[in-house]
This record gives sequence, structure tokens and C-alpha cells, in this order.
Amino acid sequence: MAIYTIKEAKAAPSNSKGLVFWLRENLFPDIKNTLLTLVGLYLISITIPPLLNWMIFDATWSGTQDEIVKEGARWIFIVEKFDQFIYGFYPEALHWRPNLVLFITIAFLTSFKVVKNVKVKIAFILLYPITCFILISGGWFGLETVETEKWGGLMLTLVVAAVGIIASFPIGIVLALGRQSDMPIVKTLCIGFIEFIRGVPLITILFMASVVLPLFFSDGIDFDKLLRALIGITLFQAAYIAEVVRGGLQAIPKGQYEAAKSLGLGYWQGMILIILPQALKISIPNLVGSFISLFKDTTLVLIIGLFDILAMVTLTNSDTNWLGYEIEGYVFVTLIYWVICFSMSQYSKAIERKFNTEH
Amino acid sequence: MSEQEIMISMKDVNKWYGDFHVLKDVNLNIKKGEKVVICGPSGSGKSTTIRCLNHLEKFQEGSININGTELIDDVKVVRHIRAQVGMVFQHFNLFPHLSVLENLVLAPTWVHKVPRKEAIKKAMYYLERVKIADQADKYPNQLSGGQQQRVAIARCLCINPEIMLFDEPTSALDPEMVSEVLDVMVELADEGITMICVTHEMGFAKKVADRVIFMDAGQVIEENEPNEFFDNPQSDRLKLFLEQILSH
Repeated sequence: MAIYTIKEAKAAPSNSKGLVFWLRENLFPDIKNTLLTLVGLYLISITIPPLLNWMIFDATWSGTQDEIVKEGARWIFIVEKFDQFIYGFYPEALHWRPNLVLFITIAFLTSFKVVKNVKVKIAFILLYPITCFILISGGWFGLETVETEKWGGLMLTLVVAAVGIIASFPIGIVLALGRQSDMPIVKTLCIGFIEFIRGVPLITILFMASVVLPLFFSDGIDFDKLLRALIGITLFQAAYIAEVVRGGLQAIPKGQYEAAKSLGLGYWQGMILIILPQALKISIPNLVGSFISLFKDTTLVLIIGLFDILAMVTLTNSDTNWLGYEIEGYVFVTLIYWVICFSMSQYSKAIERKFNTEH
Repeated sequence: MSEQEIMISMKDVNKWYGDFHVLKDVNLNIKKGEKVVICGPSGSGKSTTIRCLNHLEKFQEGSININGTELIDDVKVVRHIRAQVGMVFQHFNLFPHLSVLENLVLAPTWVHKVPRKEAIKKAMYYLERVKIADQADKYPNQLSGGQQQRVAIARCLCINPEIMLFDEPTSALDPEMVSEVLDVMVELADEGITMICVTHEMGFAKKVADRVIFMDAGQVIEENEPNEFFDNPQSDRLKLFLEQILSH
């Protein structure tokens, strides 16, 4: 017979931590990896310094076109056209209105995590889009009306993306639930819609929304071009959201549905209180992925004659006083897209972390 | 005994999964306050039988009457019956996104329209009863299997059920946690709630059951009061089954 005592935990040996250890372990563990590390360092050294030189150290930040002496980027073009990139043709005196909407949005996103009261949250969700719409388009409370033809630039990009995301989300959830429904007609309709939309490119849907939708309405009605694009994008996005949410729904164990039912919860109660909170939580990474790709797809509204930020750059490039500034313009747009998409992905990671620490 | 009111009655219940005949003419009458244990080999239809009672499974032929209500495939009827029948599952099926307390408060507030304060009070009372009140603010995944199953039992009790169904409540537990769950179930049994329990815990069956039912191949093969059931089995299949589960 043998009896053993429980041992105390010891500190890890000192040669298994520290900077040198990390370098040896991760960058130079053997010949093959050392070679790859050196190749990587070489590639970084030939690309990054010239890029930084062009973008920052040799760049021209102010002054007029005649005063340019440096070789690098001429950011004075961006400075000059900045308002057009951001607001399109929105009247300059009214720029405070989109600015205020941006401010409200940021306040909304940050305060939403803090506010605990569900009724306040619902009030926020309902009031937010209405307030934003009234502020941007005007026509109420003595605010001057600004026709959608004048909306443009980054503002339009954000409007299209935000409406697409917010409106498609509930539609997508309903489609996903419909696809799992026991009722054959509902199920067939949902599957038909989802598979049709997913089977055609966004461009086709935009063309159809812009050309075909008006046919359903009598000639007298002037059907706003932006509204048509928004409907098209929302329906397109809803089909993708539906598939993402379906993935989440399928990952929920059958026992959760059974427990909800056995306690006497009805279909909608079970879905809203038990199934969807869990399904949406595990869908967050895919949902945000889908939102990010929608955000980038909004550039396609250019083809039905709306001027988002990318279209504004192309347009300003044809200004005869400012020819040959394409590179600066497109680099600027690239940076803006990257910053926004990267922020979205970081925000989603923060939400995921918040949920993960809860249980 | 015969004068006591019938709580559950199953008459000639038949069920098929596709062409597979899972329940064959199941007849079962359970009186108010009676404790019934159902055992049998896997695939014998014992879980399916009790899952029919709260309509988690539909049946094609026969009839079921629960506490005076005929169980038909109608949303209102089904919800009315589920509101009186609690079910404890093999895998607990607690809601992982809600705290223990919220798991308990949910059905009373949403289904039975009990004011939240009252529901919390009741939830704490039942958590106290299953000796787990100190874990009320934790999430299910932070608890051991035995603790989770006790929470699941408390969650059922919160809807004041007339009938409690247990579907192999200890089969997914580590051996050292079985007794803490069985203890709670024995206490419940002593209080006179109607209980149907699918289990292989023969010690539990001997201790609390008024009747033990043996099922095989979708039929009730034998039923008897516990002592006779275990000491003097009649059918060969039950003899074989008892030999197999008691031999190890």
C-alpha cells in the first residue's frame, strides 16, 4: 500500500519566460522559421518606409498647388474638397444637422451599454431613427427640407449602411424564424425569398429597385431614388442576416426549446426570452462580418446615380482645377473605410467580451 | 384508494415515428398524489410516454386526460396543461444566459402573470428548499451537475405544478452527485405531489414509489407495488432486466 501527500505548486523555471525566450521560441526556433522571419523583415523594410515617407514625411499638408515642392502626397486636395467628401452637396449652412446626428449616434452607442432600464432602451431604439431622419431630411419643426439628391459623400454612405443594417436586422430574424417554421406556406415563402436574393448580385437588386419598383406604383407618385436603393439594400441584407441567424438558431440545443415549452411559454415568448438571446449572441461575429461587407457594398449605389464618398472622389477628380489627384483621393477613402470597418469589428469584440464575462 | 381522483389517464395511446411503432396501446391511470416509477431498457418508450403527457411528443391514437383536461393538439389546451405539469430533464436544460434566479422567475412572471416581487420571493423559497439559495445570482454553467439539477427542480416547483415528470434526472450526473438530487426528490414525494419518474435508481423506487412500471418495446409489460415488483417479478423480460441492472 502507498499513500502520497498533495504537493505544493512551484514557480515555473526561469528559462521559460522573458523577452529572449519569446524571441527564440516564436521568431527563431529553427532554420526554416528563422529564414521566414528574415524574409518577413525584409518585405516590411522595403514597403513600410517608402509608404510612410509618401504619406507623412514628404507630404504637403497646407498651402496652394503652386507652392508644392515635396515629392510625397499632396493632402491639400483632401483639405480643399473635405466638405464635399463628407457631406456631398448638402447645404453648407446646414452641416450642423448631420454632425448632430453623428453625435447622437455616438452617444446612443456608448450609453446603450450603460442604461439598464429596458423601457428606456426600447424608447431609445424607437426614437433614434426618427430623430435622425427628421434632422437630416428636415421638413419638420421648422427645419429646412433638404432633398435626397443633395445628400452625398460619407454622410450618404453612413445613411445607406445604417438604414440597411437597422432595417434588415428584424426582417432577417423573422425570415430565419419563418424558415424554421412548421407552417409549410410560411416556410416555403421564406426559403424562396432568401434563396432568390442570395442567388443574385447586389447590383442586380439595385437596378431592379431603381427600375422595376416604380412600375408597381402609379405614375403620379415620385418615388425617391434613395428610398428605392434603401429598400433594395435592406431586402438584400435581410436575406444574409436570415442565414446567419439560422446558423445561430440551429446551434441551440433542442433541450432549450423543450424546457421553454415545458414551462408553458408560448412560441414567441420562448423565442424572444430564451432562444433568440442565445442564438444572436453566438451569431455576433458573423452578423458583424455581414454588416461590414454591407458597409463596403454601399459603394454600389454609385451605379444608380447616388454619390457616396467613393463617387464624390471620382467626381472631384474631374474638377479641371484639381486634375491628377486620384491617388490622394482614393488613399483617403481607403483609410476612411478601413477605420470604420475596423471600429465595427472592435465594437463587436467588445460586445462579445461583455457577454462572455456574464456567464 | 379507488375513490381518489384520477390525475392522469392514458387510454390505448399509440405513437409512431414514421413507420416505427414506439408506443403500443399504453394504458396508465395515475391517482392524485401517487408516485410512479417507470423503468425499462433504453428504447422501450418510457421517456416518450412521459413526454406525451406534456405534449413534447405528439401521439397518433388513443387519448390522454390530465387533471380533467383532454389533451388535444391545440395551442391553448397544450399551454393550459403545461402550466400544471413540471418536467425535469436528464440534461437539466437550464437557460444558460439567465442567472439561477432569473431561470426560476421567468415562467411565473411570463406564463402565470405573477408580479415580479412575488415571483422572486417564491423563487428564493424554493431555492432554499433545494438548499442552493446562496447560488441565486450565479449562472448555470458555474454550478455542478447536481446543483444544476436541483435548480431545474426548483424551476418546475415555481409554477406550482400538480404533476412532476422526471426524465432520467440522475443519469447525466457524476456518481457522487446523484444522492443530493434524489434527496430533494424524496422530500418532494413526501409532500404528496403527483410524480412520474423515469429512472434506474432502484433504491429510490423502493423508497418512494407507490407503483413501479416496467416497459419494453413500447408496451407496459408489468406493474406492481415496489416490493413485489423487485422480489417477485412475473415476466421473463422483467426478470432478465432486473438481473442485468442489479448484477453489477
